Formats: sequence, structure tokens, C-alpha cells
Amino acid sequence: MTVHAPMSRTQAEDFLYDEADLLDGWKLDEWLALCSDDVVYEIPATTLPDGSANSSLFLVPDDRFMLESRVKRLLSRSAHAENPRSRTRRLITNVRVGTTDDGQVALRSSFYVLRFRNDEMHHYVGTYQHRLRPTADGLRITYRRATLDTDSLRHSGGKVSILL
Amino acid sequence: MDETYIVDDPSTSTFRVHRRSMVDDGVLAAERDQIFDQVWLYLGHESEVAAPGDFVTRDVAGRSLVLCRDDAGQVRVWLNSCTHRGASVCREARGHSRFLTCFYHAWSFNLAGELIALPDDAAYGENFDRSVLALVTPPRVDTYRGFVFVSFNASVEPLVDYLAGAREYLDLVCDQSDTDMVILAGTQEYSIKANWKLLVENSIDGYHAMSTHATYMDYLMTAMRKAAEETGYQLGAPDLSGAAFDLGNGHAVIEYNAPWARPVARWLPPLDPALQDPIAARRAELVARYGEERARRICDTSRNLLIFPNLIVNDIMAVTVRAFEPVTPSLMHVRAWELAPLDEDRRLHEVRLDNFLTFLGPGGLATPDDVEALECCQRGFSSWRELPWSDISRGMAQPRPGITDELQMRVFWRRWNELMGGTPQEAAGAARLRVVAER
Repeated sequence: MTVHAPMSRTQAEDFLYDEADLLDGWKLDEWLALCSDDVVYEIPATTLPDGSANSSLFLVPDDRFMLESRVKRLLSRSAHAENPRSRTRRLITNVRVGTTDDGQVALRSSFYVLRFRNDEMHHYVGTYQHRLRPTADGLRITYRRATLDTDSLRHSGGKVSILL
Repeated sequence: MDETYIVDDPSTSTFRVHRRSMVDDGVLAAERDQIFDQVWLYLGHESEVAAPGDFVTRDVAGRSLVLCRDDAGQVRVWLNSCTHRGASVCREARGHSRFLTCFYHAWSFNLAGELIALPDDAAYGENFDRSVLALVTPPRVDTYRGFVFVSFNASVEPLVDYLAGAREYLDLVCDQSDTDMVILAGTQEYSIKANWKLLVENSIDGYHAMSTHATYMDYLMTAMRKAAEETGYQLGAPDLSGAAFDLGNGHAVIEYNAPWARPVARWLPPLDPALQDPIAARRAELVARYGEERARRICDTSRNLLIFPNLIVNDIMAVTVRAFEPVTPSLMHVRAWELAPLDEDRRLHEVRLDNFLTFLGPGGLATPDDVEALECCQRGFSSWRELPWSDISRGMAQPRPGITDELQMRVFWRRWNELMGGTPQEAAGAARLRVVAER
């Protein structure tokens, strides 16, 4: 059965690549502008990739206010883990496009984010789930979940100090 | 231990730690023998294996262990090694099973440790006794209020005696709930490229809060002011008063007032005003059960508790349990869990989860900067030969050291030094030779 896709894979890839470019370029305010007022950004614990932020321990469970605080923090000079800033490279692939019951675009993709700092390389590998709401100003991210494949953060510098 | 690692002279308010203790392979080997193999160590919590058949595997003091609950409901701890030829009997991090089976030769044990099946046992002859080939438990296993500890020293003192004054503080944490405190699903597994003792210091350090965690404090104050404006609530000046205590056997605590809300049972902005009633009800229950003063401590005060050598229970805007192990002198593995009441109001429970992650954990607004700070210290220790001493004397001249002083770290280091066989040394030029206890 073919599900009618609301956008082509190429359009979806363009969106994800543009988003990755903003994050790799530390243009975090511009990235935040892509998020809706009711955005949820979350990263489950590596030991419980299918967990729910309402009942289990996560790594990141942000609402809009927390996400704004995270961006403000990262753009300040007091986010010590990112001062000086790391360089990152986001590779995004295996993009699939679907829809949600409430008319949003649902994307799944694979990511490999490399983080370089202090001459060390840290790896973040996993799956992105995006939900995008069409608005008059374009697509807005309402849900963004990064699920890591690793058992722990021991290959990831022991932390998620960037917007993953 | 031939070297002097600690200079401890209350008469001149001098306390120094030699940085070689943070970088040296020989020191780590001695720590394994004289500390980790001698004392009680936290393994896990009974609630992690709530039902018969539940198990988790976990490394403690370099040993792979299985924590499980047998068919009779008893919590068991097994060395994760087949009594036949040594392979792991459990290769999953957590799960549920009636048996622990070594796949190498298919020897199978029940969760009570009994060897119950092996292929072709007739070949062992008539004197073969399966019971002597049961799984092996660490020399000592005991629990205190759900916290499961092990010791590899058969003659270690009883756990309740070992915990000494730390019991009172574990009680304060556990008394939050009239049912049970449980570990929530999900573990934060991370690592820090730094000596394990730096995380001991950091976890109970009030002095770094305002400098290292300025962005968290900014987030918290912004959230509080925003919510207070919306609800007309009058915020008082932040109160960070408190004290540090020596709890014996190297355990220490800081107990203090803090500017954050606590799901048990302290309402403050930015919590939803609709939560004022359930929190007030929770508080009234605790007052009825424990009296005003103890209930006030349970509800209002925060505490960062070190149970020597490597267990942290921080009862702050939520409760985290954190244990860590050295891998090399400059690398530790860290595990962190969240402890919460089993039967909590669903809304309070969500606040608790939310509160936890704003500050705590490797994706929070604070912990990544702690990781950075500790790794910076470790890099700084590369010059330990030229710059050998760290200063941990803050508050030594105070009659009652506060939470931004360093008494709690000195408590750890004195016990560490004692177990490592070190002789406390006076500072150069000090007249007295006898070391006087600080308190």
C-alpha cells in the first residue's frame, strides 16, 4: 500500500539538511525560529530508547521554554562545556516521509553527528523523528526526538552538550 | 604508602592533596586493594528487580555482578561467571528470566543460584555434587532501605555500622514516601575523562554552584520570575544557607536551603499553582507522621550526600543516585538513576522528572559543565610534578563550615588517606606533630 506522502523525499531532505546546516553553523536562534511554540525536543536514555518522558528518566525532555534556555545558554560564554565551541558535522540519511493523524509531516531519518573538540572526536549515532506542522510561514517543528543507538554516552564525550 | 598525599594541619588551616594521587597507576592499584576491595559498595536498588525473575548486570569494583530476584522473592547477587569454566551466565544489561544459562556448555542456574541442568552430567561420575557448583555470591551482601550493597571483604563491619551517620540522611530521603522509593526506568550511562575522586569532590561542592552553573541559575531565576509575575506570587531573596557535616567513616553531607521547588513537598514558582493543594496535602501528611521539624527537613532542605567511597545521593530538585568507578587514573564510568516515590501524584511525578533533567544528567543544563570542569582539572594535573598540591582548606578556620566550604571533601580525603595507609603530615613549619580532628 502506498501512503500518500505530503512532501517528496527530496523536499524532506532539503529541510533536514538546512536544519543540520543551522546547527553545525551554531545559528541556534535561527534554528529556534523553526520550532513551534508547543515544540517538544527529547532524547531518551541510551538504556531505554523506547521510553516516555512522562514516566522514565531521559537525557533531554525540553519544552519551548527549556529549549530557549538551552539556546540562550549555548550562545553565552558560560556554557563551559561548549566554550570554546565544538565543531560538529551532521550526516543525515535513510530519510522516510509519512504523515500523522493530525495532518503533520512525520519524518524518520538516521543521523551520524561527529563532534570535535580538544583534538578529540565524539560520536552520536541514531534516529531522528521529526513532526512538522505546515504554517503560513512554512514548516514548523513540533516534535523532534533523537534516539541514540549507543549503550552509553562513553563514545560521545560523556555528555550531550550540543543540540543533537 | 610511602608518599605523603595529604597535608592536614588545622592549627594553620592548611589542607592540601597531592596531585599525584590523581594521575598515578600505582595509586589506583592501591585504591583497588585498600579501598574498593575493603569497604561496602553500592550495587543497585531492590526496586530495579521488583518481580521474581528480574535481573540487572552491573560492574562493581571491576567484577561483573548479577543483581536479581529469585522465585521466592529474595534479592540475590551473583558473580557473573559460570562455576564450570568461567564464562558469563548473563549477557544482557537487564531483563527477566527464570534461569541464568552459560551458553558455552549450557550449564543452567536458577536465580537462587542452584545448578539445575547441564548436558550429560553422567560423565562426571557418581560423586558429582551439583550443590558445590552453585553460583557464587560476593563475600558480603546487605541492604539498607532498598539500597543493595556488596563487599569483597568478608570481615567488613555490618552495613548499618558502616553507614554510620549517613543512615539518618538516607532515612530523610526514603521517608519522603510512605510506600517505597523506587528507581525509575532509564539509566544515564556516561563517562568522564578525569580521576574518580574529582567527581566525589564535585558532587558535594557548594562552592562551584554559582560560577560553574551560572547558566542553570539564570534559567531557574528566569523561570521563577516569569511564573511569579504571572501568578502574583512574591518571591523572597534566594536563601542558600546551610552546613556541612562529617558523618563518620568518610561519609559527608551538605544540608541547605535552596531556591528550587521540591515535589516533596515545597511549592514554589515555576510550578503550576494547581499543584499547591497536592503539595500542601503531602506536607501535612509528613508533618502528621514525623512532626514539624523532621517534616520541614524532608520537605524544604536539600542535601548532597556522599557515602564513601563512590555513592552519591543528592536530594535536591529531585533525587539522583549516582555511582562511579575508576577505569584508569584519568577515566571513570558513571551511572546515574532517579529515585522517586512509588505512589506519587501523577502531576508531581512529572514535575519531578522535569526538575531532574533541567539540572542533572549529561544532557541537562548543569552536568555537562561539571564534566568539562573535571576534565579541565585532569588536564591541569599533567603538570603535577611542578605544581604538586591542590588546596582544600576552605572554611577550615570556621567554627561551623558552610556548604561553600570544603569540610565535606576533607572528610573524604582523611578517610581515603587512612585506608591508603598514609600518615597525615603537618604543613611545613607547623609546630605541632599531632593532628587534631577538625570538629
